[in-house]
Amino acid sequence: MSTMSGSNTTPRVIVVGGGLAGLAGTVRICESGLPVDLFSVVPVKRSHSVCAQGGINACNEVARQQGYSEYEHFDETVYGGDFLQHQPPVYEMTHWAPRVIDLLDRMGVPFNRTSEGQRDLRLFGGSLYKRTHFAGATTGQQLMYALDEQVRRYEAEGRVTKYEHWEFLRPIVDDQGVCKGVVAQDLRTMQIRAFRADAVVMATGGCGLVFGKSTNSVMCNGAAAARCYVHGAKYGNGEFIQVHPTAIPGADKLRLMSESARGEGGRVWVPAIKGGDGGWGPHPDAARDPRQIPESERYYFLEERYPKYGNIVPRDIATREIFNICMDGMGVMGGNMVYLDLTHLGREYLERKLLGIIEIYRKFVGEDPAEVPMRIFPGVHYSMGGLWTTYSAKDDLRGMVAGAPDSMTTNIPGLYAFGEVNYQYHGANRLGANALLSCIFDGLFCGLGVVNYVRDSAERRAADLPQSVFDGALKAEEALVQKLTAAQGSENPYLIGRELGDEMTAASTVVKSGPRLEKALARLDELRARYAKISLSDTGMWTNQNLSYARALGDMLALADVVLRGGLERKESRGAHYRTDYTERDDANFLKTTVAEHDASTGKSRITFEDVETGLVKPRARTYGKTESGAAGAKKPVGATA
Amino acid sequence: MTTATTTNGAPHATSSSAKKSIRLRIKRCDGPGKPEQWQSFDVPLEPGLNIIACLQKIAANPVTVNGERTTPVVWDSGCLEEVCGACTMVVNGKVRQSCSFVIDESMAGQEITIEPMTKYPVVRDLSVDRSRLFRALERVKAWVPIDGTHHLGSGPLESPDDQATRYVLSTCMSCGCCLEACPQYQREDDPAKWDQSFVGAHALSQARLFNLHKTGAALKDQRLDALSDAGGVNDCGNAQNCVKVCPKEIPLTESIAAMGRAVTVHNIKKFFMGR
Ligand SMILES: Cc1cc2nc3c(=O)[nH]c(=O)nc-3n(C[C@H](O)[C@H](O)[C@H](O)COP(=O)(O)OP(=O)(O)OC[C@H]3O[C@@H](n4cnc5c(N)ncnc54)[C@H](O)[C@@H]3O)c2cc1C
Ligand code: SF4
Ligand code: SF4
Ligand code: FES
Repeated sequence: MSTMSGSNTTPRVIVVGGGLAGLAGTVRICESGLPVDLFSVVPVKRSHSVCAQGGINACNEVARQQGYSEYEHFDETVYGGDFLQHQPPVYEMTHWAPRVIDLLDRMGVPFNRTSEGQRDLRLFGGSLYKRTHFAGATTGQQLMYALDEQVRRYEAEGRVTKYEHWEFLRPIVDDQGVCKGVVAQDLRTMQIRAFRADAVVMATGGCGLVFGKSTNSVMCNGAAAARCYVHGAKYGNGEFIQVHPTAIPGADKLRLMSESARGEGGRVWVPAIKGGDGGWGPHPDAARDPRQIPESERYYFLEERYPKYGNIVPRDIATREIFNICMDGMGVMGGNMVYLDLTHLGREYLERKLLGIIEIYRKFVGEDPAEVPMRIFPGVHYSMGGLWTTYSAKDDLRGMVAGAPDSMTTNIPGLYAFGEVNYQYHGANRLGANALLSCIFDGLFCGLGVVNYVRDSAERRAADLPQSVFDGALKAEEALVQKLTAAQGSENPYLIGRELGDEMTAASTVVKSGPRLEKALARLDELRARYAKISLSDTGMWTNQNLSYARALGDMLALADVVLRGGLERKESRGAHYRTDYTERDDANFLKTTVAEHDASTGKSRITFEDVETGLVKPRARTYGKTESGAAGAKKPVGATA
Repeated sequence: MTTATTTNGAPHATSSSAKKSIRLRIKRCDGPGKPEQWQSFDVPLEPGLNIIACLQKIAANPVTVNGERTTPVVWDSGCLEEVCGACTMVVNGKVRQSCSFVIDESMAGQEITIEPMTKYPVVRDLSVDRSRLFRALERVKAWVPIDGTHHLGSGPLESPDDQATRYVLSTCMSCGCCLEACPQYQREDDPAKWDQSFVGAHALSQARLFNLHKTGAALKDQRLDALSDAGGVNDCGNAQNCVKVCPKEIPLTESIAAMGRAVTVHNIKKFFMGR
């Protein structure tokens, strides 16, 4: 079983993950002349990035002539993130954004067009300018395919070797603490191998599965990131999980109804009655057909509470407002749902601009959003937190140094993290349509840093290191598989996974509190103890998905600890992290990155806080122009403000 | 305030519906060369159920209708919203995505038959190896040959109509439905023979997509050469099964006709230019 790859001295780079970040990184690194080994649990073309619907942000000429600029994009992103970001990387990303769009355009992405043939634009959350580029309502799919095609081109030339249906198990770190390869397993033959590399880029995406049901794909379990963390990588801002305001519940996942639905004019409302004091309350006739409800009995709560931004307030705010409306008994039919109404926009318009999501709703709910308002509720969506990474800022802080070898490297030299799996760019709350940008930007901009790092470290090539460096890690992973398949316990990993998801969703999503998080941590101890007593219902060594799931569950438990403990230690409210016992933002103590390190002796995380670089824009109150008048729900704090 | 309901908003699961169930009859196979067998599982109905959710429930408790404990069924999935193409299976005799097969109350007591695709080697149970399908994309050079990733300005302007034509072609998620349904696309397990076997409707349509792009057209002749060879567009028997099963409603027969014409013109040109 123990075979070894790569024995000549040509440097090689391993990219783990073939979503937008991994593919963009692969293209960049290959283009610079280094061969890439690309690993993914699914064929890269099926990576989670295909799910992205709404679009990708960049300053453009139309917006520019209305007063928008790259700087505005930067400022909005930082304001949207409640100032928790390091600002130089955000500055660089937003200034690069127009180039990213141009490049994707050259690669053939069928962006929607105006009648003149220019790229069309739409409105998105957290901005008053149209700066979101889109391809129907399947933008992520289209961007993914463009990058997938470029990678296939390199593959045809023999410069990329794909390892699809291979699972990353751990980074290999040598005696100098430098990453020199990975251990991975073929998910069909179940063969485990050590692979040598002169740099490893993690581009493994988010961790929605830790919360059970989410808007993410089934591969998004966070296990790859957790494995780096357990083997010494730091994890940043783990508690910052984005809950998207508009998803449709299903038995297997929560399907997203993109923010573009609101960007294109969709309105959020609930049936309600306006009282004498101007405040709204639950409507007694809950079961009415929404089409029969008169305008006067529709409470457009986002528009009323946020006259400036209306339905396109940032996600953390929209989510808390929807949550509160439902807790106040104003949800549709008294349940946990509100209407997202597109019926006034007209079928032709909807099909031209939003077809992808309209079809999802039709297929999975069986109703036509052009006829009937959609019923939606918040769902776990995105991880702002992720592997801790560093960068080199320019002297004036306006951007990152191009090609710096430490661009998005973790605390383990040679181990990089690109895309959703790192913690940069989005702070305490990500703005819609900024993720696709950050993923591709990481690949393109930081890919060059990887190339320079590899060139600079020529004196110690992975291929020349002794076999012993790789054997230990390989043996350890083989032993773990042995242990899991031999286990004779009574616990069922799938049930533990489900309970973990339910607990994480209940304790650590829209609304949190110290006592509730403590309870969840106690629960986690219990789940960990039960995990030690699992057994598999399939112990064979051919395409054993049961084994792969059970192994990942252990890593998900480790990550859950990071998320909960970070949330407990962060005694404030900021962006997506809202605590009922600390309802205000506290810059004096918590304008800081949460850094989690794994304590091997306890299996738990140790939390410290680290300053963030806020030298370009000073933190200011984050209100999005909220009015305090009239709104019944206004009694509940919503946007945490300093 | 209870937060337990945050994302579990699936409403109104009535306890009476818990007794109703659906039966999945699944064709199983432990691996290449292993015998096939059928197993049936009952799954209680609940709101928002689809085939993947049923398979997940079976994985958590793999017991057949005969009370026999077995291994979890192996299957492929990803997005769970019909956009990644991973979960293609033959359901009740028809090829489709299993994630978008929604099961509602009205189907209580029914049986759903689930089999792996037949045009590809079975890896295990419902999981098949579709590498050949991706290889076909390489064969037709389904990419735009850009100069590099440096900043070289924007791409060509494009009319909304041209965008609409390309967009729909570009939504192909390599799911393989069109290939499973095609009478001309024969199973071929030997990779050495893939490049002489029929490329398939999806690849013909991708060739059209990239020939339509201003920069992509730089490789037009190479694509048409590939499609003139054995396994190219002439292998299509025009049965039109492909277009009927494409979940993305890609106008495959239009693409095939367009490529057929282009190949004819290309070869006449080549003939007169004495190449
Ligand atoms: C429904 C939905 C809609 C969205 N819409 C938008 C939008 O409109 N605009 C926007 O900007 N953002 C959007 N986002 C967010 C955005 O899609 C993601 O943040 C982004 O696609 C992540 O890309 P990535 O490359 O980091 O990771 P992913 O695309 O998740 O790719 C991860 C890769 O890692 C591989 N991998 C994972 N674990 C392992 C392992 N252990 N071993 C080997 N390989 C592994 C996977 O196979 C995959 O190839 C949306 C997200 C969702 C869920
Ligand atoms: S039209 Fe051609 S490609 Fe389509 S099913 Fe028929 S033979 Fe196959
Ligand atoms: S053309 Fe349609 S059926 Fe064929 S692979 Fe593409 S999406 Fe699937
Ligand atoms: S799981 Fe992606 S198409 Fe079904």
